[in-house]
Amino acid sequence: MKKFLTILMAGTVIASPGLAQHSHESEASGDKKPLWSQADEYYDPDEMAEARAAVLHHHGNSPYWFVMADRLETQIHEEEEVLVWDAQGYFGGDINKLFIKTEGEYSFEDDEIEDAEIQALWSRAVSPYWDVQAGVRYDVEPDGLSHAVLGVQGLAPYLFEVDSAAFLSENGDLTARTEVEYELLFTQRLILQPRIEANFSAQDIPEREIGSGLTDLDAGLRLRYEVKREFAPYIGIEWQKSFGDTADFIEASGGESEGTAFVIGVRGWF
Amino acid sequence: MVSRREFLGTALQTGALLGLASLLPAWARPSSAGNMGLEALTGTNFDLTVDRFPVMIDGRKGMATGVNGHLPAPLIRFREGEEITLNVTNNLDEDTSIHWHGLLVPFEMDGVPGVTFPGIRPGETFQYRFAVPQNGTYWYHSHSGLQEQLGHYGPLLIEPKGTDPVSYDREYVLVLSDWSFENPYRIFKKLKTMSESYNFNHRTVPDFLADAADEGVGEAFRERAMWGGMRMSPRDISDVTGATYHFLINGHATADNWNGVFNPGERVRLRIINASAMTIFNVRMPGLPMTIVQADGLHVQPLEVDEFQMGVAETYDVIIEPKEAQAYGFVAESIDRSGQAVATFGPRPGMRADVPAMRPVPTLNMKDMAMDHGAMDGMGKMDGMDMKMDHPSGHEMHEDHGSKIKRGPGVANVVMMPSSRLGEPGTGLEDVPHRVLRYTDLRSLEPNPDTRAPEREIEVHLTSNMERYMWSFDGVQFSQITSPIIFHEGERVRMTMINNTMMNHPIHLHGMFFDLVNGGGHHMPRKHTVIVKPGEKLSVDISAEHIGDWAFHCHLLYHMFAGMMQVVSVLPREVNHPPGMKHPPGHKTSTKASMDHHDHGGMHE
Ligand SMILES: [Cu+2]
Repeated sequence: MKKFLTILMAGTVIASPGLAQHSHESEASGDKKPLWSQADEYYDPDEMAEARAAVLHHHGNSPYWFVMADRLETQIHEEEEVLVWDAQGYFGGDINKLFIKTEGEYSFEDDEIEDAEIQALWSRAVSPYWDVQAGVRYDVEPDGLSHAVLGVQGLAPYLFEVDSAAFLSENGDLTARTEVEYELLFTQRLILQPRIEANFSAQDIPEREIGSGLTDLDAGLRLRYEVKREFAPYIGIEWQKSFGDTADFIEASGGESEGTAFVIGVRGWF
Repeated sequence: MVSRREFLGTALQTGALLGLASLLPAWARPSSAGNMGLEALTGTNFDLTVDRFPVMIDGRKGMATGVNGHLPAPLIRFREGEEITLNVTNNLDEDTSIHWHGLLVPFEMDGVPGVTFPGIRPGETFQYRFAVPQNGTYWYHSHSGLQEQLGHYGPLLIEPKGTDPVSYDREYVLVLSDWSFENPYRIFKKLKTMSESYNFNHRTVPDFLADAADEGVGEAFRERAMWGGMRMSPRDISDVTGATYHFLINGHATADNWNGVFNPGERVRLRIINASAMTIFNVRMPGLPMTIVQADGLHVQPLEVDEFQMGVAETYDVIIEPKEAQAYGFVAESIDRSGQAVATFGPRPGMRADVPAMRPVPTLNMKDMAMDHGAMDGMGKMDGMDMKMDHPSGHEMHEDHGSKIKRGPGVANVVMMPSSRLGEPGTGLEDVPHRVLRYTDLRSLEPNPDTRAPEREIEVHLTSNMERYMWSFDGVQFSQITSPIIFHEGERVRMTMINNTMMNHPIHLHGMFFDLVNGGGHHMPRKHTVIVKPGEKLSVDISAEHIGDWAFHCHLLYHMFAGMMQVVSVLPREVNHPPGMKHPPGHKTSTKASMDHHDHGGMHE
């Protein structure tokens, strides 16, 4: 955990100069020529300088924050029940943001968190619809592994929401994950959301039961009802399958390489 | 948010238990609560206080920020030419300001914090002093933060020095506005993080099936794919809607039924002010034609219409002549048809007019994105285009209008072929079966005071990325500008605005009028606020008479707050100094002297 905190702090430090995206605040301290100053003839120039800095700051440069639990759900498989979470939040301006993402899985049967990861990313808007994100990922469970992250997040043509990233672990293993979501409105509040998540690996990682190539694929359909825009319970189904060596690893240890689950959960943001 | 205790405390102090209607000025009350006409603050000395106070909106209690405990703020009446003093006391715990919208006052009295003055600090009293340079219907509002959304707006009427060219038997002021019980900063944050938060008008799967049944699956799919391919929605008409707004007339929602009384056969003058934060209204009185006699405070040649679209901050004076002793509805419907406010005019107080059903939600078309349909045919062309809609595409009339725009994450769209849309009715009024105002129909009553041809033209692009809720001019948010727009004193400038976004923007320039280039010759309508339609290219001529730094912005509050704002600096001609340089000693004009500059603004002798 200590190692993770160190990495998280490093990531935050990298991100913070990006978060301060200011151009005019220095004016108040007098080292920059004001953009306009005719009112200084009538009012105290220092007060005007302060008001000028404020009016500029508040019209396009105030930071904001966002927290969203995209999925907080129980997945009911034939033999077990797990709680899955997938949430993200950010703080920053239009161009630079600090992103925190977390996802994981808790097993009711075993009463333990089986997977849990958290990412701290500096996110930079590079085009109207795409952000490039870089930072660190720490797997709290199962193995306390750290990764460097490089990814993109945004809105693809035809309104597909995409979140893709590559991960380089401290052991030198390269993996990748891509998530794509779409929305179909049956009414303004009843929304069907198809979602696909695929994981890839550049090499076999036996200690994590991962084989090279496409490792696994989740395809889900969730039907949510937006009681409020910010709060929507949903039900759905999810089909999960592992492939290749990954499937072999899982089956060898007595697991299932394919399954379908019924899901029930909520989506919420603030 | 207001705690219940805080509300009760304030309410007790102000005697609100006697009935919240008594908090409203008499002219804004329903007739049953005593509204028999106009009540106004008149004279030449005014004391105004800015406070937080309880209000009753649409049957629910809320806390407003406004002037003298009234929502809307009191009606202020000036007389043209008089020397006015207004002492504005700030009782808030944050800065405030009052801007006199459309009035050509000296710029240091214009009331824009950080541009024309430092703002009014908590506990401070600021004195506005100016000679009233013009007459007509105007309004006033806060230019600080998002206070305007909280009720800080009121009507301002100026009686002419001479005779009024409009004759009428009685008049009413109708202040249109939008009220939300949500904190405006919360609204802004929701727009920033999920710009679709308030849009419940999107097209759905059943809509698709209906279209497919009408036009065939292929055509319905092509159309959806086209919008989806551009990551846009043809239903982005308004970004803050009836989902959070209560639409108000003089502070009253439809259920409150604000009443105006007339005797059949009278000429009744309605002074209509759109004092909304974000709502463009369609205004109509079913069964009663309206004759527009004034636009944005200045007289126009009488024009009879049945409906008009009214941008935020625009004002229209109309004459109605109800002949029948019956109730007539005055309907202000939001442009996206997510809600409306209805008031009643009738021969007796307490009558209630029929509330018309809301009409279908308008859907934007290719013209709104200045794309021609032919160019969009065939999905192949769309692929990989990645929104660079100004790609050379073999169209002859194509010029690269977008070259001035700073591209980046804040600019989702650069229009390929903007067109003049002055001759069109507003969004959603294309097919209504009655007469609708078009900007090309407006003619000023008096010949224009300045008929010189413009010496130079500047182009201003209205730009945005709706997805990120970034709004700007020329792709640059106000917070990122490197220079104001420079005018020189005495100069005649043509400003051409090109709307690269999918929304209508009411654009407002302080301290000067826009002479709308609409084919009116020497009778161009002169406006302080002009709606620029999606995909439109529109020109206005401006006489830079009044020295100073002037705010220039979209009057949709959250667009302005997101960065769709600039400053126009009118620099003195004789001193050729760069922006930011001090005036030489001795240049400083007294308030009195600079008032004399303003005689061009009063259009009427
Ligand atoms: Cu706007």
